[in-house]
Amino acid sequence: MSARETGGAPLGLGAVELRDRIVAGEFTALEVTEAYLARARELNSSLHAYQAMDEQRALERARQLDQALVDGETPGPLFGVPIALKANMCLEGAETNCGSRMLSGYRAPYTATFVARALEAGAVPIAITEMDEFAMGSSGENSAFECPRNPWDLARAAGGSSSGSAVAVAADLAPISLGSDTGGSVRQPAAFCGIYGLKPTYGRVSRYGLVAFGSSLDQVSPFARCVRDLEVLLEVISGHDPKDSTSLPLEAFQAERPAELQRLVGLRIGVPRQYQGEGLDESVSTVCDRALAHLESLGAELVPIDLPHTRYAIPTYYVVATAEASSNLGRYDGSLFGSRVEGDGSLQGMFAATRVAGFGDEVKRRILLGTYVLSAGYYEAWYGKAQRVRTLLRRDFESAFESVDLIAGPTAPTLPFALGEKTSDALSMYLSDTFTVPASLAGLPALSLPAGFGGAEPPLPVGLQLIGPALSEARLLRVAAAFEATTGHHAQRPTLSAAGGTA
Amino acid sequence: MSVSQVAGFRREGTEWISESSGTRWIPVIGLEVHAQLRTMTKLFCGCANRFGASPNSLTCSVCTGQPGTLPVLNCDALELAVRAALAIGAEVAPTSKFDRKNYFYCDVPKNYQITQYDMPYCSGGSITVPSGRTVRLNRIHMEEDAGKSVHDQGDSTLVDLNRAGVPLIESVTEADLDNAEDAAAYLSALREILIYTGVSNADMEKGEMRCDVNISVHPVGAPWRTKVEIKNLNSISNVVASIEHEIPRQIAAWEGVGPDPVQETRLFDAEKGTTRTMRSKEGEADYRYFPDPDLPPLTASPAFIEEQRAALPELPGARRARYQAEMGLSAYDAGVLTAARDVADFFEAAARLSGRPKEAANWISNEILRALSDDEYEAQLIDELPLKPFDLADLIGLVDKGTLHMSGARQVLRQMMKSGKAAGELVIELGLEQVQDDEQLEAWCAEALVGREAVIEQVRGGKTKAVGSLMGAVMQASAGKANPQKVREILLRLIGTAE
Repeated sequence: MSARETGGAPLGLGAVELRDRIVAGEFTALEVTEAYLARARELNSSLHAYQAMDEQRALERARQLDQALVDGETPGPLFGVPIALKANMCLEGAETNCGSRMLSGYRAPYTATFVARALEAGAVPIAITEMDEFAMGSSGENSAFECPRNPWDLARAAGGSSSGSAVAVAADLAPISLGSDTGGSVRQPAAFCGIYGLKPTYGRVSRYGLVAFGSSLDQVSPFARCVRDLEVLLEVISGHDPKDSTSLPLEAFQAERPAELQRLVGLRIGVPRQYQGEGLDESVSTVCDRALAHLESLGAELVPIDLPHTRYAIPTYYVVATAEASSNLGRYDGSLFGSRVEGDGSLQGMFAATRVAGFGDEVKRRILLGTYVLSAGYYEAWYGKAQRVRTLLRRDFESAFESVDLIAGPTAPTLPFALGEKTSDALSMYLSDTFTVPASLAGLPALSLPAGFGGAEPPLPVGLQLIGPALSEARLLRVAAAFEATTGHHAQRPTLSAAGGTA
Repeated sequence: MSVSQVAGFRREGTEWISESSGTRWIPVIGLEVHAQLRTMTKLFCGCANRFGASPNSLTCSVCTGQPGTLPVLNCDALELAVRAALAIGAEVAPTSKFDRKNYFYCDVPKNYQITQYDMPYCSGGSITVPSGRTVRLNRIHMEEDAGKSVHDQGDSTLVDLNRAGVPLIESVTEADLDNAEDAAAYLSALREILIYTGVSNADMEKGEMRCDVNISVHPVGAPWRTKVEIKNLNSISNVVASIEHEIPRQIAAWEGVGPDPVQETRLFDAEKGTTRTMRSKEGEADYRYFPDPDLPPLTASPAFIEEQRAALPELPGARRARYQAEMGLSAYDAGVLTAARDVADFFEAAARLSGRPKEAANWISNEILRALSDDEYEAQLIDELPLKPFDLADLIGLVDKGTLHMSGARQVLRQMMKSGKAAGELVIELGLEQVQDDEQLEAWCAEALVGREAVIEQVRGGKTKAVGSLMGAVMQASAGKANPQKVREILLRLIGTAE
């Protein structure tokens, strides 16, 4: 990629390239930050990727980095690179409102481990991104604030719940960003926006400082416009954290970075029968089939496989995730932090009034569902059974990976849908996670890559999802890199103008 | 403890006989005890675990439940919890897990408490109380304490989260008790074990140990009836008082015309000595327990358990028995010396160093323990004294050798407890060394005989006891420094009656 029509301004570059050119003295970190802030000021009113920018803080940090370089400090792998953070990530002093009225004005009193690691690597947090409230949603429409727009068609959803982080990278409001993926919240918006999103193996990245939704599923996940950036960002944020007892006792991830691109000879790619057919848009399956054929042309072998319990994944997910959420969100009661509504003056009255006013409909729906499935007398039938089905889903993958190296299929069953299209039908919204939820329940790494474009006017991005065994991120990235090197989909960018709308 | 008299009832043993109906009732009692573990830090964060700090000064992002924070288990807490289990002969589970207990209250910052629900780390065990009754434990589990709500300061409720996240163990007995005396004895014994093993300070006044009572009554031979839980009793005497109140209340309710007792939680009013309804079973929250996804299963390897077993001190009951059997101490002395672990440790060291357990026991119980409650001395705990076990052993040795007589030794000991100086040094400093020089002793004795012919005759006549008054004269002349043993010998020799 090269600096584009902006006449030499440091925009449109990948994070690694940008970092190298800053270190080489081609731009200063301050110039880069200023350029991105200017671009965001110009475009955000039509895209709504960012809910807040702390320009002073970003500029101050960029200046410090420039000085550090002058002082001879070794620049980190993300030196001077602007990064956008989802609004459920703690950066001390920044508003971490999770897209909810409940936490409107809440400023994190500490910095998340993965954010601290990004800072350590030299990244410049440039903005907090819009998201579905408490990461519950697949379109961004559940934000209590603004709903991000798909940069390929502003009338369409950018996906969710990490909507703003995806839009930011797709529209080059930042070279890279972080989202969180619980049931597809990074992969699905990556697919909808035509960029890369990688949900790591559960435990790869510390959750300390990520506001919890479904604790046994949540993973901080990077967005990028190229594979190289994706893997560097994962390298930076991953690795054991003593503050998170569920983080794996492993060193930080290290990508393979083969000197020359490998063909995929010998690679067996499983294509699940259950990820085809009913519910899958033809335009999506056409693009995915073409992408799979391309992988085959690179030497991979496509193997039809079965993941027999796939159809139970969505119901299982909506029991497990909502149960955990109902407990995780219990703390928002108006007493310690966030907003408060006094109600009838009693303690329980204050809790109730605060929660009625502070949470949106989807969050309330999931809290009710989660509370129900954990209730005495229903626990075994719902939560207990869901845990057993989760084990079956995990076994589906284990037995599949005995005969294939990775699994590929569509990331989302549809093209980006129109805003408003699914808001009145929660179930059809839930089904947009059909293909992403199984890997979440199994804790497996999964990557969505830009596979091409489908539909008529305008053509919309389609994502291909690669799912691997636990800790196989390097393999997923290698395959994505081979695909990237031999196709041009990832390089296509939406054309945007300040006036609003795609040109 | 004496059995209280309650109007309308006669008591025979543990039976309560209703005078109106003649029915013989038996109480069934089980106890749940929360004890704070004596760790440096809280159960899931690095905040200090300390009582009495200014409100909310011992808090952090984790124990105030800030969004995005996660718990990390304090391994010291697990060690202490396992020691408590081993001390009561319970079984430690190789694998257990933490669960969330969800309920809304302002002193529970996350609105769930991390506890152990259906897989506690410990099961079984028992404690035998002095009446001979063995109280079996069902389980012990670990959990975090809640904060404290303060309701009596102005109109609003204030919340202090210093206690939020402090490690607790909750031990639950089987319903093996049927009277308040044994309940009190059980609590004392448990408390003693917790303090002794260093697991908890178990100071009930500070809330470091708290008790809930489960209690029901039924006619002799009939099935058990509905139980009532009395919550948050903060002293053993309140436990006794609540049981003594609750038994006749329940019997009267079963026998009376009003409603029968219902399953409910009651609060004890210490001022009135009565219990009142806190919430009924229907009013109880559904806690929606489920495994905490933030904490992996807890494992205790056999090696870890053995390490904890090795770290356990000998428990007070075993020590008492040994002191009586091996050292010839009285049951009373053995009880006094083992009441606190530091005293028992001090005693054992002094006994071993001096080779005189009885003397060591006498000095400790008659002099040293008394000094600890005397304002004249700064120390309140035996370990705080400048006097160490080897100092006491030295003192015992000096008395043994005859260098020091008892009253002098008492003087020396008191000085040692203040200054920490060695016994030998103080003997010289205080001029207390006994005079052993025969010539000097003989001179004093000869002088004492002058003009005391009557006494001399008595002694010669076989009344050797009469020599005592002569000795008194010698001691007076020597200002107490003459060695009484030698003086006696010399006096008898001079009178001409050797023994």
